[in-house]
Amino acid sequence: MAITRDEVLHVARLARLELTDDEIERFTEQLSAILEAVAKVSELDLSDVEPTAHPLDLVNVWAEDEPRPSIPVEDALANAPDREAGFFKAPPA
Amino acid sequence: MTWEPVIGLEIHIHLKTRTKMFCRCEVAYSEPENTRTCPVCLAHPGSLPVPNAKAVEWTIKLGLALGCRIAERAVFHRKNYFYPDNPKGYQISQYDEPLCVDGRLVVPGPDGEPEVGIVRAHLEEDAAKNVHTGSAQGRIAGASATLVDFNRAGTPLVEIVTRPDLRSADDARRFLQLLRQTVVELGISDAEMEKGSLRFDVNVSIRPQGSDELRTRTELKNLNSFAFAAKAIQREVERQTGIYEAGGEVEQETLHFEPGTESAPPLRSKEEAQDYRYFPEPDLVPLQPPAELVERVRAELPELPGARIMRLAAELDPDTATDLVTSGRDALFERVPGDRRAVANVLMNQFAAAGVDAAAVDPEEFGKLIEARSRIPRERLIEALAASGTPGFLADDYLGDGLMADTSELEPIVDRILEANSGQVEAYRGGKEGLLGFFVGQVMRETQGKADPKVVNELLREKLST
Repeated sequence: MAITRDEVLHVARLARLELTDDEIERFTEQLSAILEAVAKVSELDLSDVEPTAHPLDLVNVWAEDEPRPSIPVEDALANAPDREAGFFKAPPA
Repeated sequence: MTWEPVIGLEIHIHLKTRTKMFCRCEVAYSEPENTRTCPVCLAHPGSLPVPNAKAVEWTIKLGLALGCRIAERAVFHRKNYFYPDNPKGYQISQYDEPLCVDGRLVVPGPDGEPEVGIVRAHLEEDAAKNVHTGSAQGRIAGASATLVDFNRAGTPLVEIVTRPDLRSADDARRFLQLLRQTVVELGISDAEMEKGSLRFDVNVSIRPQGSDELRTRTELKNLNSFAFAAKAIQREVERQTGIYEAGGEVEQETLHFEPGTESAPPLRSKEEAQDYRYFPEPDLVPLQPPAELVERVRAELPELPGARIMRLAAELDPDTATDLVTSGRDALFERVPGDRRAVANVLMNQFAAAGVDAAAVDPEEFGKLIEARSRIPRERLIEALAASGTPGFLADDYLGDGLMADTSELEPIVDRILEANSGQVEAYRGGKEGLLGFFVGQVMRETQGKADPKVVNELLREKLST
């Protein structure tokens, strides 16, 4: 196993996810399988290869500081599960 | 044993760009909630961030002002955490390749000119504003809901991290004053704490004088003014001293001074930076600040407040020099003739209390007031200072002898002037009380400076209040 049950629980807690015992077991297996598959890469000698964070050979893609219209507040809130006045309403943090 | 404080700061300032960091929504402070949002700052699936070129330029400008090296290549990272102020589940920030690194700011103080190292200045986006409701004072504990306003989400934010080079609470205060004045004069931020466009955290530890160890530190968060921060640091230094002298150990902890205002959840002490799971933001390509951009910005830098404080500290003292520069009164100070110490004292005391705009004052006339200040009654000086920003202000109006103090003589003149300036009278009654100086000036002109300002003031106040 490339990942332990405790690590799965830790990551779940960071994402504020509550997992059942079945899920913990299943995700531990699945995440391990993914990590093992990706670990294949480490079999290669990459000492001469620069880390590549981005596939595009571009730099300095940016925009001028010119305002564009925002969306109406009703559109912004259209998908909110709950609201209060113009606010999104979330469970207590 | 003598203990030495070891203090480091982390400062966040909003850039006053017109638009947000990664979308072109307007930056807003007092607009109705959620009226400055779009799919990018609301984190709708499929939306893509585009950096604000002005924010990049201004961060470089700040980096240069702080003596930083501007990175040849800078990268945005995702900082992952889960909280209602953060709709994407990550904040776009910078991690191991920030825009500006390795700078310094010299902060003149009574014990010399300590140089405070700047570890980095990087660019990121602010979070949404959370309002915790449902319990007294809106404190987090016991809140029944969190209301979220995304107007602030995505506001360009520069984070400045110092080395733990500060050795006293007062040095920390002076550093913050100077840094604030620097960003204000660079024109990149209004850096107002009340508005939330300047925030800072303080790391405090102590060690035996002369040692170079770094002991366990505590973090002071949500301090709401520089003066309060200095007090809180001093208290924390004393608390830690007490613990060590009693044979105890300081525990790492975070002390919140204004609960409910935090933007990112503090990591619990057991959690590590790795729990933010930083990785390069795949939606953004790297920045490589072009040399010509960096050189143009460097050439545009004005004379910085730090340099002016050092120049003035040589003829005054560091605190007065800092106060003059950070209050924006140093330009007037340098133009007023006369005894340096006296000019500085009057500027920082009676003049400051009068609330007059230093830029509106004629330095020559001001110099005459300073020169005469011991010869005239204190109230006369204060009246003169209050009127010193009025166009056409003449010091002699307040300094002459044989003053007209007879109300029966002055009253008709005052009446005439009020009648001729009905617009200003209305504005005064509407709350623009600074106009009093204008009326005084008019009476003075009418009487060729012979009216007793004290009597004129009384008459004007009486008539304007009816």
